[in-house]
Amino acid sequence: MAKEKGTVILAEFGSPAELLKAASKLRDAGYKSFDCHSPFPIHGLNQAMGIGRSKLAFFAGVAAAIGFTIALAMQYWMSTIDYPLIVSGKPFNSYPAYTPVTFALTVLLAAFASFFGMLFLSKLPRFNHPLFESEKFEKFSDDSFFISVESNDPLFNTEKTSALLNEIGGKNLEVLGE
Amino acid sequence: MDQPLIRGNPGFHEVTETISRVVEIKTPRAWYILISFTGLIALLFVAFLIHLFFTGIGIWGNQVPVGWAFDITNFVFWVGIGHAGTLISAVLFLLRQRWRTSINRFAEAMTIFAIISAGIWPAIHVGRPWYLFYVFPLPNQMNIWPDFRSPLLWDFFAVGTYFTCSLLFWYLGMVPDLATFRYRAKTKLKKIIYGALSLGWRGGNRQWRHYEVAYLLLAGISTPLVLSVHSVVSTDFAVSVLPGWHSTIFPPYFVAGAIFSGFAMVMTLAIIARKAFALENYITIDHFDKMCKIILATGLIVSYSYIVEMFMSWYSGNIYERFTFMNRAFGPYAWAFWIMISCNVFVPQIFWFKKARNTIWVLFVASILINIGMWFERFVIIVTSLAHDFLPSSWHYYKPTIFDIGMLVGSFGVFLTLFLLFLRVLPMIAMSEVKAILPQASTHHLDSGGIKFETEKIAG
Repeated sequence: MAKEKGTVILAEFGSPAELLKAASKLRDAGYKSFDCHSPFPIHGLNQAMGIGRSKLAFFAGVAAAIGFTIALAMQYWMSTIDYPLIVSGKPFNSYPAYTPVTFALTVLLAAFASFFGMLFLSKLPRFNHPLFESEKFEKFSDDSFFISVESNDPLFNTEKTSALLNEIGGKNLEVLGE
Repeated sequence: MDQPLIRGNPGFHEVTETISRVVEIKTPRAWYILISFTGLIALLFVAFLIHLFFTGIGIWGNQVPVGWAFDITNFVFWVGIGHAGTLISAVLFLLRQRWRTSINRFAEAMTIFAIISAGIWPAIHVGRPWYLFYVFPLPNQMNIWPDFRSPLLWDFFAVGTYFTCSLLFWYLGMVPDLATFRYRAKTKLKKIIYGALSLGWRGGNRQWRHYEVAYLLLAGISTPLVLSVHSVVSTDFAVSVLPGWHSTIFPPYFVAGAIFSGFAMVMTLAIIARKAFALENYITIDHFDKMCKIILATGLIVSYSYIVEMFMSWYSGNIYERFTFMNRAFGPYAWAFWIMISCNVFVPQIFWFKKARNTIWVLFVASILINIGMWFERFVIIVTSLAHDFLPSSWHYYKPTIFDIGMLVGSFGVFLTLFLLFLRVLPMIAMSEVKAILPQASTHHLDSGGIKFETEKIAG
């Protein structure tokens, strides 16, 4: 099904604390391409997995700046340059009146960037993944905790990785996407 | 805190079961009865809408000088309702009020449906809604652009942004729960729909870490919207020169009123949903207690605003302002004014008493009275000011027609029908968020060996 994406080894863990512990051991063993699956976000996993904080806020900040600029430029150009229109004797460039629209567009673009940036950074939507072959994996959305190690990791070796996962407390190991 | 946020000490799986059950059980008979009733009213709304489009807004009671009446009253009322949902989902999130997790999802849904019920009104009150695209900054056949100095245009941008941000926030929060539904779905069609909506969510920390930041950002973005949207709506009035409208207190006064009425609506809906689907352990009496306190606080701000407005109309020495306020309280619309005062000033005072805050039927009655009061507040502001403007020869007593009343009721039909559908197809409580606030979700929880490992090793 998803052969070109490679193989994934899935191991189950008993609790958030065990997951955290196991993740830090995998990190210390030098693994890079693995992920911890849980029904809710677990704090401390970023450090335990050795990955940094999300860069999403940067996306949103840039989008907000773009929204702000576009809104001001648009209002100035439309009401002062392209078709100046006298309305109740107000100045053409009534810049204080631009505040609400500028605010709205700044916020709107930042919101779009947060939402679509999140999808982009987490590589979603993705409807096909070796993990979806597992019967057990669906419990990640209910009450179970998993670690998956992907075969594109340089240290990946089906037997050795499985042994390591067993050693750090992983149960019900499954090799998927073969 | 003396009581746990979620009662009954459920496990993770139990949370999934209890909340999914709302959607998975055989549709209760009461739901069918309710939706046939609200659906009929919504259809009536559509029928009146068609009549309106074919005949024109002359079917309403609007007459010069009362050019805005039920239409804009309903708009302001419904936009205001939405604000509580945003306050719960965004402001309380930033303030780390963890009790919000049980009520934020359906409060957000309420926001979305309230903005839909609101957005209809400005669109149809223009008389020829097919020219509505003039408010978009698009080139049109006359080569002119919208007037950015007009509050009506600000309103369009503010409400449009509000709806879009609320929808994104609501949907983002739902993705992990939709993944749960994807696995629990029994039929092929449901599997496809929930599967597509959950975007292939795998709950990996490589996704959660972006998800959490996106959630935080959207909460941060929505927080100023709670204040800005109704402020902009209030400028529709405050920027005009009409006595009774031309007032600098309007933005904060409208925002407080919006949160006040919105929480009352959340309370009405929560009382019904919790009873109907046996969610007493999730939406506890503590939730109602806290909501009552917010209603009381915002109700006091609203009452204070009434007093300041009346004082300023006297203190300003402006005879038109004075007349407008005397006329509101003792003129032909005194009945509406006193309904407003009784419901918005006196009714919330019972929430000073813990016994009242903890008695469900009292909450139910009070929340409905408050919403009646808040509808009348907008009616009083809009109609009394317009009906007696500067030119006494055009003074006019506004009377609604059957279509005004029918369409007001109809907008409730649209709102409630959407809400009932939501209860049956989407997770009404945020499962992933509820699980995260359970004691066993903590990595330091004793039963899961949390005490044994050393934090320094993990932190690396």
